[in-house]
Formats: sequence, C-alpha cells, structure tokens
Amino acid sequence: MTLDGKVPSGPIEQAWDKTRFEMKLVNPANKRRHTVLVVGSGLAGASAAATLGELGYNIKCFCFQDSPRRAHSIAAQGGINAAKNYQNDGDSVYRLFYDTVKGGDFRAREANVYRLAQISVNIIDQCVAQGVPFAREYGGTLTNRSFGGAQVSRTFYARGQTGQQLLLGAYQALERQVNAGTVRMFPRTEMLDLIVIDGKARGIVTRNLVTGTIDIHIGDAVILASGGYGNVYYLSTNAKGSNVTASWRAHKRGALFANPCYTQIHPTCIPVSGDYQSKLTLMSESLRNDGRIWVPKQKGDKRPPSQIPEDERDYYLERKYPSFGNLVPRDVASRNAKYVCDEGRGVGETGLGVYLDFADAIKRLGEQKIRERYGNLFDMYQRITDEDPYKVPMRIYPAIHYTMGGLWVDYYLQSTIPGLFVLGEANFSDHGANRLGASALMQGLSDGYFIIPYTLGNYLASTKLEKVSESHPEARNVEVAVKESIRKLLSIKGKRTVDSFHRELGKIMWDYCGMSRTAKGLETAIQKIRALREEYWQNVNVPGSGDDLNQSLEKAGRVADFFELGELMCIDARDRNESCGGHFREEYQTPDGEAQRDDEHYSYVAAWEYRGPGNQPELHKEPLEFKYVHPSQRS
Amino acid sequence: MKLTLKIWRQKNTNEKGRFVSYTVDNVNPDMSMLECLDVLNETLIERGEEPVAFEHDCREGICGSCGFMINGIPHGPMPATTVCQLTMRHFKDGQELTIEPWRASAFPLIKDLVVDRRSFDRIIASGGYISINTGNAPDANSIPVGKDIADKAMDAAACIGCGACVAACPNASAALFTGAKIAHLSILPQGQPERDRRALQMVAQMNAENFGGCTNIGECTAACPKEIPLEVIATMNRDFIRGSWKERDSTVRTITPMTEWSTGSKLDIDPHATS
Ligand code: SF4
Ligand code: FES
Repeated sequence: MTLDGKVPSGPIEQAWDKTRFEMKLVNPANKRRHTVLVVGSGLAGASAAATLGELGYNIKCFCFQDSPRRAHSIAAQGGINAAKNYQNDGDSVYRLFYDTVKGGDFRAREANVYRLAQISVNIIDQCVAQGVPFAREYGGTLTNRSFGGAQVSRTFYARGQTGQQLLLGAYQALERQVNAGTVRMFPRTEMLDLIVIDGKARGIVTRNLVTGTIDIHIGDAVILASGGYGNVYYLSTNAKGSNVTASWRAHKRGALFANPCYTQIHPTCIPVSGDYQSKLTLMSESLRNDGRIWVPKQKGDKRPPSQIPEDERDYYLERKYPSFGNLVPRDVASRNAKYVCDEGRGVGETGLGVYLDFADAIKRLGEQKIRERYGNLFDMYQRITDEDPYKVPMRIYPAIHYTMGGLWVDYYLQSTIPGLFVLGEANFSDHGANRLGASALMQGLSDGYFIIPYTLGNYLASTKLEKVSESHPEARNVEVAVKESIRKLLSIKGKRTVDSFHRELGKIMWDYCGMSRTAKGLETAIQKIRALREEYWQNVNVPGSGDDLNQSLEKAGRVADFFELGELMCIDARDRNESCGGHFREEYQTPDGEAQRDDEHYSYVAAWEYRGPGNQPELHKEPLEFKYVHPSQRS
Repeated sequence: MKLTLKIWRQKNTNEKGRFVSYTVDNVNPDMSMLECLDVLNETLIERGEEPVAFEHDCREGICGSCGFMINGIPHGPMPATTVCQLTMRHFKDGQELTIEPWRASAFPLIKDLVVDRRSFDRIIASGGYISINTGNAPDANSIPVGKDIADKAMDAAACIGCGACVAACPNASAALFTGAKIAHLSILPQGQPERDRRALQMVAQMNAENFGGCTNIGECTAACPKEIPLEVIATMNRDFIRGSWKERDSTVRTITPMTEWSTGSKLDIDPHATS
C-alpha cells in the first residue's frame, strides 16, 4: 500500500482554493438522496452534521451521551486560535501556520496546517454570528489573549468555558437541522462496527444503549468524529465516556492508525489524591502566566510550604530555562515535574505534585487582580482540594490531556477506506507530534464546518455507489460479529471488574508509555499488556444483560479496544527511535536533557495496518516534506 | 468515613422502583459523590449484584450529564456544585443520604438514577438558535457588542442543561432552562431578527413537553449549579408577551407561561417504599 496524502501541487497559499475549485459538486437536487452517517457530536461531528444538513444531505448523527450537547469538546477551557490579527501585533495566516508546524515539532503535513490557519478566521466569524458570547472590550470589539507562550494575542475565549460555548453553538445549529428534518439524531447510541462493502465504507452497526438493540445503518459515506483516546491511561482529563471504539473498530476493518504514540500531557492538573480517583481535572495553562513553579531543594522535605524558606526552594523551570521560565512548552514543563518527583522532591501526600505559587503575583498585583484573572479556577481548585490557593500554593501534576495520533487521513480527510472520513481529534492530521494550546477547538470546527462539506461532496459526486440495503450479506455478517462479541463479554462471568482491569492497563501505559519512554520499558509494557488482556478475556465480570441499559457492558467493550490500542501505542513508540513533541524517548536526548529529533530517519507519518488478531501490525510510511517551514531544533 | 446510601433502584421505565440501603465504608473525604458511587458499584459487582446506574461524563461540572437528589436537594447541599464535583467532606461520618433521580413527567425514568432529558433538546430544536448557515457570517468585528452585553449573554449561556432546575421546582417547570437560552440569544444583537418567534416557539415547546408552569418560587435558581439568575425567566416572559403581540396574526399558538401551570407534573413516588 502506498500512502498518498493527496497534497495539492503548487504554492501552499493557493492549495485549498485550487482544490475547492477542482472538486466535483453534487447537484443540489441530488443531495437529499445521499444518506451520510456522522458518528460523534462534539465540535467536529456537530458542526459537520449541521453544515451537511444545511446543504441538504440526509444526515444521521450518533452519540453515546444522552444529548449531543454533552460531547467532551464542552470541557475545553482556554480558547480558540485564529489568525485575525485584530490586535495588530504581527499575526498572520502564515505565522499561525508557522507556529503550528514548529510547535508540532515538524511531524505534521504542511498543506493541512496551512489550510487550518486560513480557515481559522472564518470560524470566528461563524461562531460570533451564531451568538457565541466571546469576551469583548468595552468598545465592543472582540478581545484576545496570548496563550501557551505564543508571541501574539490570537486566542479568542469565552471566560474559562470556550469549548462549552463553541459546542453549544454547533449543537444549536445541529438542533436547528433536526427541527428542519435534515438531521436525525440518535443519542445513547454507540457505534460498534463499520460496514465495508466493495471496499467502501457503507454503514455502521450500533447498539442502542437503553434497549440493547443492535441496528444496521446504511449510508453513502461514514464520518467519524469520535474524539481521542486519552482514556487508554484510565486517568486522564478526558470525560469518562471518551473512548476509541469507533476508530478502533474502523481500524480493524482496514483504516490505518497513524502516530498512536503521540500523546499530550498537560502540566497543570490537580494531582491524584487516592486509589478511588476516577479522572483528573485540568486547570487552564494560563495559570503559568503568573504562578511560579517550585519544589523543595531537599528530598523528602515534608514541611508545609510556608515553612520552607526562599533559599531552600528550587524554582526549577526558572533555573533551567531562564528565558522561558514557567512558560516553557507543555511537554517540557510536564517532564521536568516528573523528574523532580522521581528525585523524591515531589510535594503533597503522594509525593506526586509540585507547587504552583501565586504569592509573588499577589504581592505584585494584589489579590483583587489575581481574583479577576483566575477567580473561577481558584474556586474550582478549592472545591476539589479544600485548600485556598490565595494562601497556600496550588499543587499540580501533569496528566494525559489530548492525543495527536488517530486514524490516518489524506488532505481530503478521507481515511484509507474510501467513503470513511475522519474529523477532529479522531484523525491524526494537523498537530504533528505536539498540539499548541487553543488549537484543538480550531481544528474540530475547521474540519466540520469548512472542509468536510467540500470533500464529502467531491467523493459522492465522483464515486459510483451501488444500491445497498440493510439486508446486504456483509452488513448481516458485521451485525452477527457485534452480537457475538457482546455475548462473549457477558458470558465470561469472571472475578474482576472492568474498572480494575482498566486501572491496571492505565498504570502500565502511564509508567512505560507516558511522559518518557525507553525501548526496554516499552517491551516490558507490551508483554504486560498482552498478559493482562489474556486475563481480561478469562476473568472479567460484566454483570447484567445485553438487553437494557448496562453501563458495565459499555465499558467492557471500550476497555477491550483500549487493550489493543495500548499495545499498538507501545509498538509505535518503540519503533520511533527519536524524541519529538509528546513522544520522549530517554535514549534520544541532548546533553542537557532536551528532546532530540532525528529528521533524517523519522520525518514520516507512521501509519499502522491491522493484520488480524495476534499478528504484528504492518507499518506504512508517509514521508513528510517541509518546503516552507524548515526544521530546526526547538530552543 | 462510613455512610449509608439509600438509593432509588428501578430496573426500567415500567417496573416499580424502591429504595435500597447500602453502607459504604472507607469513604475518603476527598472523593467526589460519584466516586463514592463508583466504590459502591465495585463492591456490588463483586457481590454479583447489578451496579447502580447513574449518568456522568466530564466529571468536572460542565457537561451537565450528572445529577440526582441528595436528601431532597438537586446536586446536594453545596451551592454552585454538581454532584460530580461535590466532595464527601461535606457530609458527616455515619450520615444517611437519600439519593433519588430527578422526578418530572417530562423526564421519564430509564433506570435507577438515569432519566430521559430529550425534552430539553426538543426545546432547543424548537428555536434555541440563531438561524445562520455556515459560510454566511460577516466579519466577527463588524457588529460591536458592548462588554456588559457580552458578559450578560455569557451569564445566561453558562447553563449546562442538567435539569436540576426542573427537579427543584414544585411544578417541574423548565422555565429557568428555557429562559436561559432565550435570554442568552435575545440580549445579543445577532439574536434580534428571530427574537419574537424564538420566544413563542420555545415556550410552546416547553409547554408541549409537559413541564409545569412557572409560579416564581425561585427554587430553580437556588439549585442551579451554574447560578443562572431568575431574571432570565423575566426576560422570557417579556419576550413572550412582546412576541405574542407582534406575531398575533401568525400561526404559532401557545399558552402563556405565567398563567398556565399544572401541579401534576412531578412523578409520584412512595417515600416509604424501602427495603
Ligand atoms: S438552568 Fe441551571 S439547573 Fe437548569 S439546566 Fe441549566 S444549569 Fe441546570
Ligand atoms: S459529569 Fe459532567 S457535569 Fe457532572
């Protein structure tokens, strides 16, 4: 198989315009004859379903939550980038493009990133017109902030709830189409498999989570917008329901999975407090603008922070990176927190935490100013930890937050299965090995509002689609397979709960395929995962039946997929003998401990092909070319 | 800590439910209410019993999935806090907590603590948006919106659609939820063209869903984890009356939210049905 990214030729500035012109259009009268299945209702899925509905396609949209408004995009706090240059501070499409390619540590496809930067400006227009209440200046214009160390202020935000407001905008647009009859919404419905007929994606098999009914849905194309796979680590900032099942099952039907080892760890989360912990809570990165990060100089220093004198504190980021200080990139901040904790200098009961101290900022700016800037974050912190961050430094620790890897797609967002399109966090495309702050929302909406409406039309207009019905033998086969796997999970009746397995898997992933990795550790992880997976299929206890709401059964299927994905992540991480972005291999670092890329050998997208249970997956490479932004080591 | 949880168990919509008491030992004061239920569920599964079904997703107070009554209060005793962010340190060792689902006929029960809130989606579908197709938007700064206006819109837009307001209201009214969306959009200049129709249609849908009418009791605001102000209901009523007048010849037929109210929309439960 040769992987063709279908990157348009010619100057990058005109690539998208030219492609749009060259793409075929579906006759307006024919659009409603095409049924398109959209899986997921987050920013990417809801914006795609709504826009395709507006265009007149017949859309069926699926989500596992009780309402499309609950998708995990809703939890994004910080903001959304756009190259509007409203602040007149030197931003441009080209600069956003440049920053994103560089921030992704030169592992993204240039043409995709350029298009993303171009479209960013339209997204803001669209959202404002929908009534998204972005923050404003007194004069009535939109306000911006600089985010995640960017040199320009290009981040738009709605308090600390930007994801919520953007998602509600897309959700409302979606409900408008539900009302208009172009979109049919299937909440509490989970996609469990993909139907491929004559080499094309033609449908999905779903389970109704309330009645347990297994259904076949046939369409002319399938759009996956089912989010990322951070929950393979059990503890992450993802919502509890976020899972890889839709993507993974499509992968097993032939869609290649790209760069699974690229995961992003967010440095400012509230530390784990006990074994019962079910998820981690992120606090916006903006806190690092005013907070100073430190640990005691002495190992095992258990004094309360107020009793540790200034000269016995180690402000390790300021010490090691004097020019960036506390604003070093996410991966650097995370890794250094791990190092100091590994040295035994971590704080809090578990020793897995570092201080984020606002005392100096409060002294300098006054408590009022700090309250204005971070009031709701401080309240949230206090609600969870019962400590007052105005008086006691916060404790933070890194947590899994976002996954850059995902199903491989070409420039048209089409996977290696024709007719299967993948949007948002579920695809691998735009962030390379590391995503910049405030770029996830941008990509989800860019894919959904502005790219898929064109590329889907092109596919439908240029592809001959046979008539297929629900009773097609292949559809039936897939349905039987789905029913069988559910039956199997329910019949094991072992001794351990699904969560106990998931927790153990997560620990393996975190220890060996987390913030820093080694070939040896990854090998160990692969063996451990295999053994645990074997035990899972002998000894998991899934109570209840398949005929009603059974949350254990839902989890059981998702965890089964996480096992397989986890192994692939370790294989990919072991194979990539370099450090880049979110992938840090201890063997490949500069003398002062920085990530060491190997552009000569690893400047490619690693796309893995599923080769059947128990078989080694096959690696396909899409070489990356950098014609505009020339690779340099991040400083 | 050790707690007794008296939890409403109901297999499905049709079967009768009842309270069942469970003791949970080793409750850590730092865990959330949902993590406490997780711990209970792990033991139930190990004992071969069915775990308690409850709704949750983000566990950080923003998705609106979670929610149930704790000792008669939606989302429990802490103000501005969803059950997923409610830590156990707010309860006393040995305390008994009665946990039951939202009770409203517009929210049919699915299982245990899980209810069907699709009526909220239908209220939004009836008009809770600005009708603008993708691609039609003018430059984002072409219409100035004062900071105070944007802030006010944001206050109303913060609603997470959890349903606590309905659960708190003796009439099981959805006025706070509906009013929040109407207020968010009608404050903004972009929302003006559809302002009248929006209010009429959303109020009509709210009534059609079997929510009770609002009698200005204010329990909703007190229970709301996002502190949506009562003022949004006034905005809804004002827009509704304004719309009723301006659109008096149109076909949108509705009943006034202020006058029409029913008492029968709370689902009946027998508080003594315990085992
Ligand atoms: S108004 Fe408040 S209580 Fe009601 S649904 Fe919205 S957030 Fe929940
Ligand atoms: S689980 Fe999302 S608000 Fe509680």
